Amino acid sequence: MTHRVDEIFATLRAEGRKGLIPFVTAGYPSLQATAAVIGAFEESLGPTVVELGIPFSDPIADGPVIAASMHEALHCGVTPQAVFDTVRSLRPDTGHALVAMVSASIVERMGPDRFVALAAESGFDGLIVPDLDVSGSAGRLDEITARHGLALTMLVAPNTPAGRVASIASRCTGFVYVLARVGLTGERTSLPDVSARVQAVRSVTDRPIAVGFGISRPEQVAAATRTADAAIVGSAIVRRMGRAADPAAAAAEFAAELAAGLPSGNGSPAAPE
Amino acid sequence: MVDGSLPSVPDAAGRFGPFGGRYVPETLVAALEQLAAEYKAAMADAEFTSRLDELLARYAGRPTPLTFAGRLTEHAGGARIYLKREDLAHTGAHKINNTIGQGLLTARMGKKRVIAETGAGQHGVATATAAAHFGLECEIYMGAEDVRRQRLNVYRMELLGATVNVVESGSRTLKDATNEALRDWMETVEHTHYILGSVVGPHPFPMIVRDFQSIIGRECRRQCSEAFGRVPDAIVACVGGGSNAAGIFYPFIEETAVTRIGVEAGGRSSRPGEHAAPLRYGAPGVLHGSLSYVLQDEFGQTAPVHSCSAGLDYPGVGPEHAYWKDAGLVEYTSVSDDEALDAFALLSRLEGIVPALEPAHAIAAAVKRAASMKPDEVVVINLSGRGDKDVEEVSRLRG
Repeated sequence: MTHRVDEIFATLRAEGRKGLIPFVTAGYPSLQATAAVIGAFEESLGPTVVELGIPFSDPIADGPVIAASMHEALHCGVTPQAVFDTVRSLRPDTGHALVAMVSASIVERMGPDRFVALAAESGFDGLIVPDLDVSGSAGRLDEITARHGLALTMLVAPNTPAGRVASIASRCTGFVYVLARVGLTGERTSLPDVSARVQAVRSVTDRPIAVGFGISRPEQVAAATRTADAAIVGSAIVRRMGRAADPAAAAAEFAAELAAGLPSGNGSPAAPE
Repeated sequence: MVDGSLPSVPDAAGRFGPFGGRYVPETLVAALEQLAAEYKAAMADAEFTSRLDELLARYAGRPTPLTFAGRLTEHAGGARIYLKREDLAHTGAHKINNTIGQGLLTARMGKKRVIAETGAGQHGVATATAAAHFGLECEIYMGAEDVRRQRLNVYRMELLGATVNVVESGSRTLKDATNEALRDWMETVEHTHYILGSVVGPHPFPMIVRDFQSIIGRECRRQCSEAFGRVPDAIVACVGGGSNAAGIFYPFIEETAVTRIGVEAGGRSSRPGEHAAPLRYGAPGVLHGSLSYVLQDEFGQTAPVHSCSAGLDYPGVGPEHAYWKDAGLVEYTSVSDDEALDAFALLSRLEGIVPALEPAHAIAAAVKRAASMKPDEVVVINLSGRGDKDVEEVSRLRG
């Protein structure tokens, strides 16, 4: 089944372009800002994949910026239900593929069937559960997301053994998320060379590949997309949203700066017709 | 799965029935698989197990005695009460059993640095102790609220050469210290071992910690046999994450003659946020890498908890306890802050033993239970640690 995540990457490939995938924390600094930034990204980047992080109380894979944004959103009463409502309201007006990044704690407590059904019904196109028990509960989530037409993305780390890379990649129905480095989300001045790792993933799957964790500069975007199909940027965007008078405009403007790092095949940021 | 004598839980995926598992970011998976493989190899290696036995005997002071509590028995007016004296183990609590084991594993894996979370500070002290003994660099994460109420243990950890990182996020207690330890591990996993202190977390930690703590139950079994010629009628232990309880229950788990009673922190009341009793009031959910009973809201956000005891002030519990609860193998109850504080004073006065606030919960429940039992019956309390660390906080609470 073709879903919007595949369509976005198919368009990129057809046009010889690479993508920029922005991550924002849903409900930070407000749900209105989240709705606004989705539209603003469309203007500055064209339709792309946008990750929406559903706030969680104990995000152990996140560095201080995203962790603080999640606590702030929770403090303001943002629930998964409220995120679904926001996505439902903006779905008709956006060409982005919207991917929910959500902790296994939320999925398990709400029930995987119910969570995936609600996400799909609200208009999400894909799902990333970074702390999914891949050997235990992933089997069920494969089946449930397939049934609801959601693209499932799983992560490959720098220390993931080769055999396991193949197994993880074979179960991704969305893009494969390649971690640029060991550690937490957050901005880093230097980034390891990921090209060999991306090529290794490429050799075992036809799925699109996106690189994230530590990317916050145009030159890092350039380095990551030499081999990968897209670069993911989170903390650097979330940080700018937190201190801007107009968070959506600040995020979109910064995303456009980052997109300047994409290879020269990328044309104008205007949406392709 | 390590050898034929162990029961079949957890399975290869780390599941105790539906509970347990490994809900962690991919970055940690390789380290957890290495740990599981290394543990399996170590336990099959006679040199490793004899080194462990020797350290437990000559460094940690095992076996700890089983003490008949005559005046407490008289006070309860029912069954005879015995105390398994983990307070007499080196560092003053059962935590050393696990940190020596994991310290040896760290050395075997060739890692040079260890980290740990701590609530009451007992696991932090035991980790700092093992690190000093094995010559490892050591950093401990401890919530700011726990640093305040367990100050003595902070000094002890520093004296032992560890760095204590004060955690100011969230509720500033054990849950938040665990988050920060996991975050540290995400960054440093290639050269650092995380000495998790309880039977919680992702597989293989619940199994490894249970196995290292099972020395308590194995000794207790032999000592009961020597003291009164049979197994006890009831064993009572406090349950925060649940390591001392798992350690004493596990060797008796299939014994139908024994009633196993786990005691959670009842706090101020049964209202949400006023206790730390997930087995009693919680529901299945994922926290810190495994599926177990958790105190969460309807969307899986961790709920606030409270206990006068820093070691029990935690919203989750080990997955094997969840399995035992659902299988009816252990009875879980809770005891209030006030009852625990009374029991703290009671044991001090009647037996000349100042218990930690954590096992004071077990003492309160055991005295109630013993009162309803016959004089020829026997209750064993796992006295998991001594109370020096709590004297200051109790005098503040009880003025």
